[in-house]
Amino acid sequence: MSSNHPHITPLKTYFAVFATLIVGTWLTYWVAYKDFGWLNTPVAMAIAIVKAGVVVLYFMHVKWQSKLTMMFAAGGFIWLFTLFAFTLQDYWTRDWMPIYK
Amino acid sequence: MSSTVATPAAEPRTNYLNVDYGWKSWVFSTDHKRIAIMYLITIAFMILVGGSFAILVRLELATPAGDLLQSETYNKIFTMHGVVMVFFFLIPGVPAVLGNFLVPIMIGAKDLAFPKINLLSYYVFLVGILLTLTAAAMGGIDTGWTFYTPYSSTYSNGQVALAAVAVFITGFSSILTGLNFVVTIHKMRAPGMTWFRMPLFIWAHYATSLIILLSTPVVAITIVLVALERLFHVGVFDPTYGGDPVLFQHMFWFYSHPAVYIMILPAMGVISELISAFSKKRVFGYPVVAFSSLAIAVIGFFVWGHHMFVTGQSTYAGVVFSVITMLVAVPSAIKVFNWVSTMYKGDVWMTTPMCFAIAFIGLFTVGGLTGIFLGTMGLDIHMHDTYFVVAHFHYVMVGGMVTAFWGGLHFWWPKMFGRMYPENMGRVSAAIIFIGFNMTFFPQFILGYMGMPRRYHFYPEEWQVLNLLSTAGATLLGIGYLLPMVYLPWSLKFGKVASKNPWGAKGLEWETDSPPTTFNFDKVPVVTEEAYAYPEGARHQPEAKVV
Ligand SMILES: [Cu+2]
Repeated sequence: MSSNHPHITPLKTYFAVFATLIVGTWLTYWVAYKDFGWLNTPVAMAIAIVKAGVVVLYFMHVKWQSKLTMMFAAGGFIWLFTLFAFTLQDYWTRDWMPIYK
Repeated sequence: MSSTVATPAAEPRTNYLNVDYGWKSWVFSTDHKRIAIMYLITIAFMILVGGSFAILVRLELATPAGDLLQSETYNKIFTMHGVVMVFFFLIPGVPAVLGNFLVPIMIGAKDLAFPKINLLSYYVFLVGILLTLTAAAMGGIDTGWTFYTPYSSTYSNGQVALAAVAVFITGFSSILTGLNFVVTIHKMRAPGMTWFRMPLFIWAHYATSLIILLSTPVVAITIVLVALERLFHVGVFDPTYGGDPVLFQHMFWFYSHPAVYIMILPAMGVISELISAFSKKRVFGYPVVAFSSLAIAVIGFFVWGHHMFVTGQSTYAGVVFSVITMLVAVPSAIKVFNWVSTMYKGDVWMTTPMCFAIAFIGLFTVGGLTGIFLGTMGLDIHMHDTYFVVAHFHYVMVGGMVTAFWGGLHFWWPKMFGRMYPENMGRVSAAIIFIGFNMTFFPQFILGYMGMPRRYHFYPEEWQVLNLLSTAGATLLGIGYLLPMVYLPWSLKFGKVASKNPWGAKGLEWETDSPPTTFNFDKVPVVTEEAYAYPEGARHQPEAKVV
């Protein structure tokens, strides 16, 4: 148990992450007023994913953790993806059968 | 205290029970064993609460007319029965009581990795109970334990928001327990306790903890969305606000199907221990049984749509969910076959726990196989929302999980309290439970197949005989459950003092005192052999048999 040396992150990194998040928020606001057609949601999601990733890696210290911790952190997101995928396989296939038209 | 209390022949060593008698030493205890006992008492109380709701349901259904309860009241009663039993007994039953007590001991640790979080999980659980009982007292909920929208989010007049908050909070109690188990099993195993030397009880709890961690947050969020929609009309599930009620079912069953594995996997872990100990044999195909727990945990995540065959889900999605549902039967069947193979040519000793274990195998098999019926898309259209479904999940949950819970509680009772329970009383109650259970729920398969829908308080007269049979069986079942609730506490004072290892079983928990000391072992145990390392052709010792 005593082999866990807490990683000390320099303040500089925290400020850099903070700046990234602020820029990301501003970017989200900016793209909300542009029309990219069907890309609207993917663009907003991409910015959000980058922001969440930075928070998880730096603020939550996953970047300096063991492989096992990274696996568990990734596992949560993989499972979230399966929730979306298997829910959408219903929504996206509803018009395959004439009964739903 | 009276001064005439008889003292046992030998002065007992200091253990986790007699180390301190002050009430503070209990309510602020971070000892996993004491927390397990607090959970046991709380859960026993919830069984009585949920059981009394069940009695009301069966009394109402004794006659075809809806005469005992108004239909609104009846809706509230079966909802409370479901909510209390699912969230406050079936889910925490084995992990929070037996798991809390045994996981650290079985892997040779002093305690769980986060003892304070363990205590926190208990108090979070208690808050959840208080809120649920408050919701019941303030008018109750009538949505069913499934909280289906848009009824729950828009139309129901009950205390849905309060009950939703209660379930949300209770979810965190299981998340904390699951987190504790995962970290403990990864980090705190004694020297020599490799992954493939762990008892199957530990494997089952590991798989269960993964499910808890990955799925419980989803139901928490879902239930918050219901409350938000109800209170602030945020459009998520209600079409009038632009939502979709089927989305609720997706999100709800993403948790609640895996939740049935949260209920049954730890029970299966218990059964592996019982079958091995009382057959004096290593569990047949140990690694396969271990991996089948993980397989159930993973595959069980992708079958949730089998609850939605008739609720507007696409036919394509239905086919996919149906096929994966058939797949999840494979690891469950592996377990059943391997338990039976373990007993084959073993020295089977029919103690109370073994009676429960064998009852489990039969009842779980019936429950599991009828699940295949319901997972078949075409057949489900006929049986959806009938008593067939009710019978199916009671066979798995009550016949499975509850039977295993009693079996495990009897098996480890001498370890937990240092006293033997009365063996013959135990066997009698196991027999009464088995007969009462089948009498209660087998008629419901027939009723359901004939088309009797669930959740109605009246029915056509021609179904009265089967319903009466079911009510009579429930009475028997109730007596069967009450018996251990009387003789187990009785045995705390009057039971025979238990030795370290009354069953002659393998496992670290049988190498420490009964009851164990606060830190479980005098010195850190070193594991040098496989789990269940019974020698070839081992027989129970005659002196052990005289229990
Ligand atoms: Cu299911």
